[in-house]
Amino acid sequence: MQKNAYFKGLTIPLLLLLPQLAITIVFFYWPASQAVWQSFLLEDAFGTSTEFVWFENYTELFSRPEYFKAFVNTVIFSSFVCVLSLSIALLFAVMADRQIRGAEVYKTLLIWPYAVAPAVAGVLWLFMFDPSLGMLARGLQSLGIAWNPRLNGNHAMLLVILAATWKQISYNFLFFLAGLQAIPKSVIEAAVIDGARPMRRFWTIVFPLLSPTTFFLLTVNIVYVFFDTFGIIDTVTGGGPSGATQTLVYKVWADGKGGTDLGGSAAQSVILLVMVIGMTAIQFRFIERKVSY
Amino acid sequence: MAQVTLTHVKKVYAGGVEAVKGVSFDIPDGGFCVLVGPSGCGKSTLLRMVAGLETISAGEVSIGNRVVNQIEPADRDIAMVFQNYALYPHMSVYDNMAYGLRNRGTPKDEIEKRVAEAARILAIEPFMQRRPRQLSGGQRQRVAMGRAIVRKPQVFLFDEPLSNLDAKLRVQMRVEIKKLQRALGVTSIYVTHDQVEAMTLSDKLVVMNGGQVEQIGVPSEVYRKPASKFVATFIGSPPMNILPATIDGPGIVALGDAILEARDLQQDLAAGTKVEVGLRPEDIEIVTEGQAGSLPFDVEFIEELGATQLFHGQLSGLPFVMQAATGEVAAQPGRLWITVDPDRVHVFDATSGTRLGRA
Repeated sequence: MQKNAYFKGLTIPLLLLLPQLAITIVFFYWPASQAVWQSFLLEDAFGTSTEFVWFENYTELFSRPEYFKAFVNTVIFSSFVCVLSLSIALLFAVMADRQIRGAEVYKTLLIWPYAVAPAVAGVLWLFMFDPSLGMLARGLQSLGIAWNPRLNGNHAMLLVILAATWKQISYNFLFFLAGLQAIPKSVIEAAVIDGARPMRRFWTIVFPLLSPTTFFLLTVNIVYVFFDTFGIIDTVTGGGPSGATQTLVYKVWADGKGGTDLGGSAAQSVILLVMVIGMTAIQFRFIERKVSY
Repeated sequence: MAQVTLTHVKKVYAGGVEAVKGVSFDIPDGGFCVLVGPSGCGKSTLLRMVAGLETISAGEVSIGNRVVNQIEPADRDIAMVFQNYALYPHMSVYDNMAYGLRNRGTPKDEIEKRVAEAARILAIEPFMQRRPRQLSGGQRQRVAMGRAIVRKPQVFLFDEPLSNLDAKLRVQMRVEIKKLQRALGVTSIYVTHDQVEAMTLSDKLVVMNGGQVEQIGVPSEVYRKPASKFVATFIGSPPMNILPATIDGPGIVALGDAILEARDLQQDLAAGTKVEVGLRPEDIEIVTEGQAGSLPFDVEFIEELGATQLFHGQLSGLPFVMQAATGEVAAQPGRLWITVDPDRVHVFDATSGTRLGRA
């Protein structure tokens, strides 16, 4: 039996694909190709003259220690946010999956943070941990911790990690919960009768069966921490203090907008693009193979 | 090996729905007990209570001589075969079977020995490294059985294990389950809604309806002397014909103008009492027209079953079915005169449906 719809000729399939293709080309490929083109150009500060400089923007980028620092920041920031948001969301989902009273309310409330815009989320955390105004900051100070994310780079990093994690938990939670509910109840019951205690059951049955969901979320979360956390970083720390929370995507913006170095900024975004494409490809190539059964 | 005893077992769900209303019976060591009934009769709930997957609201379940109400499923020394097999999809056949043993800390060489033995018995040796999704329904069924037998439990629990298989495979697996249970001698409880499985597999048949036991007995006894109209129509295929009748005298019932003798009928019923008469399609005998007490049966159409034929039609305006060996009765519509052996006439109370038999 023919599983896919089948068309004679190319006209109808092309027409059907046209809206999607148009959107992809106008909003994705065209800007991306512009960035690639820009990355080979050197433009003066007033935009009056441009010069084609081949890979000069790239070589200059790699000679600068700030770029290396942004790279390290990104690795720290993204690993913490991914690991924390995935593991906390999984814990919440496992709890919510039990038949408990008020489970519906619990689930609904957990989904709310996802509806909060990144900048708003950033402002919330900024106020809570503001060294002079924030309730939680005062609590920390009363415990004898000299909390000051405006001056202490580690504190600033911790704050953006918390804000970015908090924002992503609800999204991950939703998918984990759906994944858990898709595991047949009888398989769990079979494991119960087979003598697997709850922890062992989780690691030998539930977690492996959840791996397609985990894999999907890992990919989505990496894209999230690389790009979508810009709003949070911008509102909470603005990349500071002295570049302590400047990630790769934040530096793209800071150099292009603030530093008016369009060529360098474009070169950075191309590198970022290549990195994410590379990581996604690696994930699909090596990890997905292990999760399909 | 162990006997299983259920004493006044009840299941009440939150909200007050009573799924099992006080069930008591016991299964001797090595016995094969089948719980049969329509969907929602509480048979699966009862099995799950024995397994420990549902809490027991009231009453007592004991395995061996140990009350297991408060004992975890893992510690009840039981193994269960599920309707959808419930194999672990991410594990190989070998690992599926070894999982329960590993959880219990069985030594590796012992696990290998037991799994190999089970694989040999079930003829699944060529598939040991495959994943469940690479197996056919029948093979998955065998793996599920294998997972149960490697554990060498005291009791096997089967929850409609054959209902996902096609008709041919179902018959084949049914025979294999019976043989296996005989060979291993493990006490078994088997839940099904299929009365053929129930009749063929059990040496103790428990017919359930609406959370209660309708009848307990060996299959032949349940078939020959159904305790109620429900059991009479549920066990046997095609189902028993039920016709309204009145008591005509001791051991005699009247269906309109015709009369039937019922040897097992309770003797002290007043003439004129309204009852219902049950006649199995396979017990009908053809007699010559006008024989005293015979019933007129108007055949409308015939179903061909190969060895036998089903004659569908009407008897005193009510739908009626008769089964006869092919060629015994001319397969054509028209009037036949029938009667039934007095030993095979079943009489039930018109309101409660209980059998009105001799004490």
